[in-house]
Amino acid sequence: MAKILIVAEHAGGKLNPSTAKCVACASKIDGAQIDIAVFATDGAAVAAEAAKIQGVKTVLTVNNAANAEPLAAVLAPQVAAVAANYTHVFGPSTTFGKDLMPRVAALLGVGQLSDIAAVEGAYKFRRPVYAGNAIISVEAPQDKKLVATVRTASFQAAPQGGSAGVEAANVSASLPSHTRFVSRSAAATGRPDLQTASRVVSGGRALGSADNFKIIFGLADKMGAGVGASRAAVDAGYAANDLQVGQTGKIIAPELYVAIGISGAIQHLTGIKDARTIVAINKDAEAPIFEVADIGLVGDLFTIVPELEKALG
Amino acid sequence: MSKILVGLKRVVDYNVRVRVKPDGTGVVTDGVKMSINPFDEIALEEALRIKEKGGATEVVVVSIGPADTQQQLRTGLAMGADRAILVQTDTAIEPLAAAKVFLKLIEKENPQIVLLGKQGIDDDNNQTGQMLAALWDRPQATFASKVELDGGKAKVTREVDAGLETIEVDLPAVFTTDLRLNEPRYVKLPDIMKAKKKPLDTVAIASLGVDTAPQFKTTKYEPPAARSKGIMVKDVAELVAALKQKGLV
Repeated sequence: MAKILIVAEHAGGKLNPSTAKCVACASKIDGAQIDIAVFATDGAAVAAEAAKIQGVKTVLTVNNAANAEPLAAVLAPQVAAVAANYTHVFGPSTTFGKDLMPRVAALLGVGQLSDIAAVEGAYKFRRPVYAGNAIISVEAPQDKKLVATVRTASFQAAPQGGSAGVEAANVSASLPSHTRFVSRSAAATGRPDLQTASRVVSGGRALGSADNFKIIFGLADKMGAGVGASRAAVDAGYAANDLQVGQTGKIIAPELYVAIGISGAIQHLTGIKDARTIVAINKDAEAPIFEVADIGLVGDLFTIVPELEKALG
Repeated sequence: MSKILVGLKRVVDYNVRVRVKPDGTGVVTDGVKMSINPFDEIALEEALRIKEKGGATEVVVVSIGPADTQQQLRTGLAMGADRAILVQTDTAIEPLAAAKVFLKLIEKENPQIVLLGKQGIDDDNNQTGQMLAALWDRPQATFASKVELDGGKAKVTREVDAGLETIEVDLPAVFTTDLRLNEPRYVKLPDIMKAKKKPLDTVAIASLGVDTAPQFKTTKYEPPAARSKGIMVKDVAELVAALKQKGLV
C-alpha cells in the first residue's frame, strides 16, 4: 500500500494552496495513506490548516528554529529523515518544491519524477516535456522510494472538511550552516495571487513600456483578476519577474485568461493550456495565440482595453 | 586558482516546434537543429563575466552526451570557455546520473563554483543542480537572477514565486540560472577559429564508475490534447457578450 508524505508549503503562518493540490494528486492513488509534514519554527497554525484537508490521515510538525525560512539545504535532510517511513514523497512544482525535492531525492539516493500531471497508478504517471509539446507516460520502479513534484495547475485543490490528527515528529538530522537567508522582496499588490486566481489578465511585448503596462493592472483590478506577463514583457522590464507565465515561469489554470498583446510563443502557451477560457486581444490576426484562444479579438489593445474596462462598468 | 565548472546540455533548439513521432516512441529529432540549452548558455555567460572581473581564473565547460555534443562544447569554447570535457554516452541519462557524473569531475577539477541551467528545455526536469549540491554536500542557489561574489561567499538573488529572495552561501557551491541573470554574448567568427585550438577532452562515461542505469521508464509519448477552435469577435461589445454567455463576467 502506498504511504505518501506531502511536504507542506507555507509562508507567514499560512498554508499555500499548492499543498491541497498535492493531496488531490495523492488521493488519485487507490488506497493511499496520505500524511503531511510541516517544517517550521512553530508549525501549529499551518498544521491546523493542513489537518482540515480531506483525505489527510496525519499532519506531522517538525519544529526547529532553523526552519524559519524555506532553505532547501536545511530542509532536505529533515524531509529525507521523515521520508524513511513512506513509499512516496510529494511536493508541489512551485519554486519551493522545485528547489527542495530534487535535493531530498538525491539524499535518499533516488531519482525524481517532476511535474505529475495525471495519475495512472501508484507508480505510473503522466507528465509534460518539451514545454508541453509532448505528454509522456512514465513508470517508476516499485522497489524504490518515489520522490515527485506535482504540477499544481493539473489538480483542483482537495476540499476542506477533514480532521486529521496532528503529531510532533522528532527528527535528528545534522543541518548545514553554509546557506543563510538574507531577504525577500515580495510585491504586496492586494491583487489575487497569479497562481491561484480564477481570472488572470496578462500583458505582452506589445504594451511597449512599464508605464503602458499599467492598463493591464487597471483592467485586472476592474475584473478582480490576477496579473500575468509574457517572458518578452518581463525581459523588457515592463513587468516583475514573478508575473511571468510560461514554460519557465508560472504554469496556471484559471477559469478565464485574457492575453493582451501576447503573440503566443509555445513557451507561453504551455503555461496557460489548462485555462478554462482563453481570450486573446492582438493586432496581428496571424498571431499564434489565436490558435488556442476560445475568443479572439483583432485590434489595437490601446483602444480595446479602455473600451473593455468601460464596458465592464 | 579558482575554477568554474559549467554544464552545457545539447537540446533541440529553442525555436523548433517539437513534434511527437507518429508511433509514440519519442519526439522527432532527425534533421532538427540542436543547440546549447538556453539556461546553460546563461550559466556560461555568468561564468565568463565572473572570470573577466577577476573572480575566477579558468572556465571549464562540461557536457554529457553523444559525440556530436562536441559542436555545443566548441560553441562554448568560442564564447570564451578555456577548455571542454565531453563525457561521452549514446544513451540518455537521468538527472541523478548526471549529478553523479558531475560529482566525479568535481573531485578531479576542484571548482569553487558549478554553474548549471535551472532546467533543460527538453525534459523540463529542473533537478540536476539540486541533486549535485546534495551529493556534494554543498550549498545550492537555484533560479539565480543575480550573483555577487565576496571572497569565500556569494550573495545570490533568486527568482521565486513570491518575488525575489536573496541568500548567502559559502563557496564552493552550485548555482542554477534563471532567465534574467544576463544576456549571453554573440559568438564572433575569429572566436570560432580560436576555439578550434582549445582543448576538448573526451571521457567515456563507463570509465567514471558511475551507475547511470535509468530508474524511470517512459512507455509512451503523446501530443498534448488540442484545444477546440474558438470564435473570433469583431469588437468589444461582442467580446463582452461572449463572456457574459459563458458566465465569466
